[in-house]
Amino acid sequence: MAAQVRTPIESGVPDSFQYMHPLLAKNYGQWSWHDRPHAGVLHHVAEGGDEIWTVRAGTPRQMDIHTIRKLCDIADAYADGHVRFTIRSNIEFLLGSRDKVESLVRKLTEEGFPVGGTGNSVSMIAHTQGWLHCDIPASDASGVVKSLMDELYDEFVNEAMPNRVRISTSCCQINCGGQADIAINIQHTKPPRINHDLVSAVCERPAVVARCPVAAIRPAKVNGKPTLEVDENKCICCGACYPPCPPMQINDPEHSKLAIWVGGKNSNARTKPTLHKLVAAGLPNNPPRWPEVAAVVKKILRTYQENARDWERMGEWIDRIGWPRFFELTQLPFTKHHLDNWRGARQSLNASTHIRF
Amino acid sequence: MSKKMHQTPMLNQLEGGRWPSFVTGLKRLAEDKDMMVDLLGQLEHSYETRKGYWKGGTASVLGYGGGVIPRFSEVADKYPASAEFHTLRIMPPAGMHYTTDILRKLCDIWERHGSGLIALHGQSGDIMFQGCTSQNIQAAFDEINELGFDMGGAGPSVRTAMSCVGHARCEHSCYDEVRAHRTVMNNFLDDLHRPALPYKFKFKFSGCPNDCMNSIQRADMAIIGTWRDDIRINQAEVKAFVRAKGRKYVIDNVLTRCPTRCLSLNDDDTLAVQNQDCVRCMHCINVMTKALSPGLDRGVTILIGGKRTLKIGDLLGTVLIPFKKLETQADFDELLELAENIIEFWAENGLEHERVGEMIERIGMGNFLEAINVEVDPAMISQPRTNPFVRMDDWDEQADKWRAHGHASTEGTS
Repeated sequence: MAAQVRTPIESGVPDSFQYMHPLLAKNYGQWSWHDRPHAGVLHHVAEGGDEIWTVRAGTPRQMDIHTIRKLCDIADAYADGHVRFTIRSNIEFLLGSRDKVESLVRKLTEEGFPVGGTGNSVSMIAHTQGWLHCDIPASDASGVVKSLMDELYDEFVNEAMPNRVRISTSCCQINCGGQADIAINIQHTKPPRINHDLVSAVCERPAVVARCPVAAIRPAKVNGKPTLEVDENKCICCGACYPPCPPMQINDPEHSKLAIWVGGKNSNARTKPTLHKLVAAGLPNNPPRWPEVAAVVKKILRTYQENARDWERMGEWIDRIGWPRFFELTQLPFTKHHLDNWRGARQSLNASTHIRF
Repeated sequence: MSKKMHQTPMLNQLEGGRWPSFVTGLKRLAEDKDMMVDLLGQLEHSYETRKGYWKGGTASVLGYGGGVIPRFSEVADKYPASAEFHTLRIMPPAGMHYTTDILRKLCDIWERHGSGLIALHGQSGDIMFQGCTSQNIQAAFDEINELGFDMGGAGPSVRTAMSCVGHARCEHSCYDEVRAHRTVMNNFLDDLHRPALPYKFKFKFSGCPNDCMNSIQRADMAIIGTWRDDIRINQAEVKAFVRAKGRKYVIDNVLTRCPTRCLSLNDDDTLAVQNQDCVRCMHCINVMTKALSPGLDRGVTILIGGKRTLKIGDLLGTVLIPFKKLETQADFDELLELAENIIEFWAENGLEHERVGEMIERIGMGNFLEAINVEVDPAMISQPRTNPFVRMDDWDEQADKWRAHGHASTEGTS
């Protein structure tokens, strides 16, 4: 066996130019302007006059090789055999001429790949693995996304929002889905249930104690065995102890709820980047289609669509109308849990008499 | 091949609807792979019980410490064929460009050695080859590696980076993202492949302040394109835009949305810009793609310390280097040196599981800047401190540093 050892080729990030569409490589750094002939289609023009059309389509992200091969067949038949992927798992077909754009859009739609995700649309939801592959999830990811995108299909294939809308989902408070205009995140509501028989064998106890944001975990002995215990009055149910110590089970079919956050924005356009803010919680983790979550998301989206002005992102719209009006329009309850009590919390309070009546 | 499918009434409900279904894809794979039959069974079991059943463990390839995400089933007695379902994280080309030829080759390898399930892409920017037995990891990686692809990051290490489409197709792009991405990442391969840092460290590369890679929110070190000279204006195109959209649209959606009020519309429908007030936010350029463009004296702004909640709460990246040219080899070398200094200092001073932003929060930005030898700059702050709780015995010395860098200084302030 030892003779078979192969040393990896530590080649790092591959060279992009070998895979890039030749027109992109030729005009690298030389693009002049772009427009969007219609939703899902981008048209870029280079300084020297070359033009490239991009057709963007949604994918399930977790793809079987047969789906990927089908997308490759489509790229070979209708585009130039070059594709790329966006940060939100959309596939982009690159075409050096306009001729086949319409037929590619038709073909993709026929094959079940929605064309859209550009401009002022709701693009594909950023998500991670969930029950399919993660070791710590309280919920699924692909299923939540599939359910929601079924409901938001028209918002993906049209550009009918005031500005772009980015949605993410996360199955624990690590929040791999990331900041978004609307973020759907697990919020645990009960402290971890500890299997004291396993802790000392499985967990590096000082490391687990150090992970707790509120210093609620301390070493203890139960039935003569070294273990860890949680001060349940201090515990904020974040689940930070669970990854380094699986016997501290935080996930619960009933008490791991979903919360909805709004107003995260990564771009520097107009306003500085912002973090998303809590607006709703206590929603049931209800597979296979999570209807309670979908209802709240759609209510927020519809309210934003009807009330925001052109180019206002979700958070910018709320900044203009104020939080009282947001809760009034969306009919979501405002509670004491919306008041921040973490470090820096006072900066989130209204230190003024600026109030809209 | 021959294994009987489990009943999956809940997952079946995810085959309806208009969005393409991952469940249909999983079922297609299950026609050929027993592993996927049981994977579907376990997933249905998760849907029924609302619980996950994967645990971590150890799995890797020879020569590397990280990059394989080990997954062992806790319900392997019921679903033995998917008892091991590991993921290989593989770094894509910068900008995620592919030919259909290379995608097909990657699919063929994964058909032979894995489940046939591939995520394009994971949230960290890797190609995720999902579903591999412990025994097959090495053979799968060897073939992928021979094809020119290398393992991505996992664990306490430099992680796989992401860059936007940038120079390849975007007129907003202010630097060569492919070169920056590959130069930086391929310099840190040892720290990427052999996890030995306090925690993860992520680089992200966005070509302009639209920051399509979410680097301020998600990267420990964000490299974002910008420019120092004036916005370029094609006044004929401005006039055409005003004619097409109307003055009200231009006033309401371009002028009054400028965060520093630096735009005004002239009587002849041309645009005037007070460039020294412009903060390069991109809004007007985003709206008027044909009429307005970034200036030509281009480079990057570098921000440090972005991350999500755990442990101390969300941190956005904050300005470390307001402007840096990124054109010559020397420019790229300086970027590398900066990144090396930061990672070296953090490796020695960061606590276990502490991101660089959290370390800065703990020790203070001033101390961090001194440690990595970067001068303070007023572009780093939203405002100066509002509290007097600081010792300032060395005020004169600090003020002299400012003057030594060629800044004009008012008499009597020292």
